[in-house]
Amino acid sequence: MERTTLDLWVGVFVVAGIAALVVLALKVGNLSTYNVSESYQLQAHFTNVGGLKPTASVRSAGVLVGRVVSIVLDTSNYDAKVTMSIDKRYQFPKDTFANILTSGLLGEQYIGLIPGGDDKMLQSGDEFKKTQSAVVLEDLIGKFLYNSSDAKK
Amino acid sequence: MNIVGGLRGIGKRVVNAVWRTGYGARFFVMTLRYSGMSFRRFRLTVREIFFSGVLSLIIILVAGMFVGMVLGLQGYETLKRYGSESALGSLVALSLVRELGPVLAALLFASRAGSAMTAEIGLMKATEQIDAMELMAVNPIARVVAPRFWAGVISMPLLAALFSAMGVFGGYVVGVVNIGVDEGSFWSQMQASVDFQHDILNGVIKSLVFGLAVTAIALFEGYDAPPTAEGVSGATTRTVVESSLAILMLDFILTAFMFQGA
Repeated sequence: MERTTLDLWVGVFVVAGIAALVVLALKVGNLSTYNVSESYQLQAHFTNVGGLKPTASVRSAGVLVGRVVSIVLDTSNYDAKVTMSIDKRYQFPKDTFANILTSGLLGEQYIGLIPGGDDKMLQSGDEFKKTQSAVVLEDLIGKFLYNSSDAKK
Repeated sequence: MNIVGGLRGIGKRVVNAVWRTGYGARFFVMTLRYSGMSFRRFRLTVREIFFSGVLSLIIILVAGMFVGMVLGLQGYETLKRYGSESALGSLVALSLVRELGPVLAALLFASRAGSAMTAEIGLMKATEQIDAMELMAVNPIARVVAPRFWAGVISMPLLAALFSAMGVFGGYVVGVVNIGVDEGSFWSQMQASVDFQHDILNGVIKSLVFGLAVTAIALFEGYDAPPTAEGVSGATTRTVVESSLAILMLDFILTAFMFQGA
């Protein structure tokens, strides 16, 4: 069996195809931001998660520190239990605030962490005690209309 | 009398279609069963990858580039209205990786490589090469059909990935270089919205399924073609029509499964 030019072309094709996949994964996709091995899980309860979805980003001071893993309804007190995985490099104090924020007016929703001043750090499996739910625009508009019609009377 | 004749015609067609489907299914199973040779003598498959994959490269790359450029232009025009031009990257990448890459690459593959496969096998049958192989105790399914099948299944995801990557590059050229969308937000919005597992892997799965469907249809149509000039030309036409329809229908089904809860 000897090598032929045909083999070369097929080799070029396969290498180019795999390279395209790698480019898609690293440059287009978010594989480069995955840190599966070095993360720990934290939980938070929100009365309303709004449009938050799994894989949404978790940011602190605008820096990506983790991702939302799952969102389930906790039937013990009927609120949403959000599990997120946080990069091991970042530790947060026990009294950190977890807020659901929106990037831009119509952008996607994410969780913003505002660190407190506690000396003790949150460990894997711990829960954020202080949370703020998503702002639901319809509720806000509803309240605004209701209040302004009240004021006229 | 005429009504009876018409009914008889419809019945004949239906029975024929069912018959053909069964024959096609048996052909597909036989192809899988006699696939061993296409991996033991991998050179056979490599040769077919050259004909179906490498020779489709040019059309895939050029088409991907232009589709990406059109997406960049159209997306910019629409997004500008909402003042969110920075989302151009994620629009281009998501539509390419999820839908346009696999589907358009498969449609091009069907008309470029699928039709060639059908014509080749149909002509081999018409010139009695297949019968000659059987006489020499060479299994034509193992020797002719299976290597082409696996070549198609291997080539398709690679072609789709090249199409998507080329399209993203085309969108980048139009969006960032020509129009002047901010380069940083183009890439970062793209990376924020395209998920490796959810979008890219699902796109690869889609293109694998399309490759399987296109080559299976093309090979069966060629193998089943009447051994005449009209027979082969009809079979080639049917390959393109049937595999295009199969791609679009399978795409709907796969999309419904993959992206429902998202």
